[in-house]
Amino acid sequence: MAWKVDRKKCLRCGACVSVCPKHALSLGEHGLENDRSKCISCGICKKACPAGSIEVEK
Amino acid sequence: MMNENYDVVVAGAGPGGSSVSKNLARKGVKVLMLEKRQEIGSPKRCGEGLTFSTEKLIGKIPSRCIAQTINGAKIYSPGGKSVMIDFGENMGYVVERKVFDKWLAFEAVRAGARVRAKAEVTDVIKEDGFVKGVTADIDRKEYRINSKVVVAADGVESIVSRKAGLETTNQLVNLDSGYQYEMAGLNMEDNHKIILYFGTQVAPRGYVWIFPKGRDVANVGIGTAMADRPAKYYLDAFIENNPKIFKKSGIIEVNAGGIPVGGFLENMVLNGFLAVGDAAHQVNPIHGGGLKEATIAGQIAADVISKCIDGNDVSQKALSEYNKRWWQERGKKLKNVEKLRQVTEKLSDKDLNMLADVLKGDHLIEFSRGNKLALLAKVLMKNPKLILLARHLI
Repeated sequence: MAWKVDRKKCLRCGACVSVCPKHALSLGEHGLENDRSKCISCGICKKACPAGSIEVEK
Repeated sequence: MMNENYDVVVAGAGPGGSSVSKNLARKGVKVLMLEKRQEIGSPKRCGEGLTFSTEKLIGKIPSRCIAQTINGAKIYSPGGKSVMIDFGENMGYVVERKVFDKWLAFEAVRAGARVRAKAEVTDVIKEDGFVKGVTADIDRKEYRINSKVVVAADGVESIVSRKAGLETTNQLVNLDSGYQYEMAGLNMEDNHKIILYFGTQVAPRGYVWIFPKGRDVANVGIGTAMADRPAKYYLDAFIENNPKIFKKSGIIEVNAGGIPVGGFLENMVLNGFLAVGDAAHQVNPIHGGGLKEATIAGQIAADVISKCIDGNDVSQKALSEYNKRWWQERGKKLKNVEKLRQVTEKLSDKDLNMLADVLKGDHLIEFSRGNKLALLAKVLMKNPKLILLARHLI
């Protein structure tokens, strides 16, 4: 699996965090963080992101 | 680790957090409001519009918070026809959130609340099935803040609710993706009216808005959902396709956010815990406005919490009075508005054009408040294909 956030595009708005069904995403000191042990690469975060900053490959 | 004791800790100093804190402090409750950002009110995740009715809840808004007065709206259908809502007099404001939110926090402080910016809640303390406070990072110092009740007012992502064990995850179908530029140098046809543009091509399941903040300044934003591309893509395309408005414009600020537009929570409380505002999905599902909803919910929450503290019972059962009152005062109405959203999102551009032909501005205002939906159903039923959809409204 490959999950990527483009930190230059991400505005740290939290839209993705609010829809993550596994509570894998959080906004930390360095911006968006993904706990890979929880992430299931479902791609819901990518669909919620208003800035198009997330890429998910299954 | 430093230890502190309060009756109530509020996580988040937006309009919801300040509303709870101010109203609790007024009732003599010892309350601490923590804001993780270094500046209350910034960055905004908001179009900044509100109606005068909000002042009935929070008092007269100081002029320094107000960017522009609004006297109506103009709504464009996909075919380019517009419906004008002209109040003939001022009916609302576009505010400056970084000034407005600070004012709300000043008011909370003046009422007796303690407020601290750059103070992040790091965890929720739970003992014997009760939330008993939070741990927080304030200026790199670890604090343990004991409290009888914790309030999550930490916005759409509501990490604090999750840490407490309240499931507030938004369904993708109930989340609008918002993207916005604050722009200057705009050529606006009327800078005292908000302008909305509908259309499945312009903004899939949403709309583009222009909220004027001055002669040539406005928040230009978009909310979309279940779209093929990110919200930003559609906003940029809209700007590209409307050179008459944007030819000489510049981008002053970039904003983004997720907007809960439905999926209201039956339960918003736990033992010693309660959620308000975006964190509890308290937003109008048709226009996406949350300022007023957060304020109202904050007032209800403060009322219930102070009574529970007085009664020495902050159990989920006692705090669920908040669920009951919110659903009575707001939930029922907003649930109707959610139905309206579910219907409008199924309409084609052709249907929207038809509505623009027959509906008046006054109708649209009533619909957005969850009123007179039967009238909309009647209009939709004129088209045999829309009968089933119309029935959803009745």
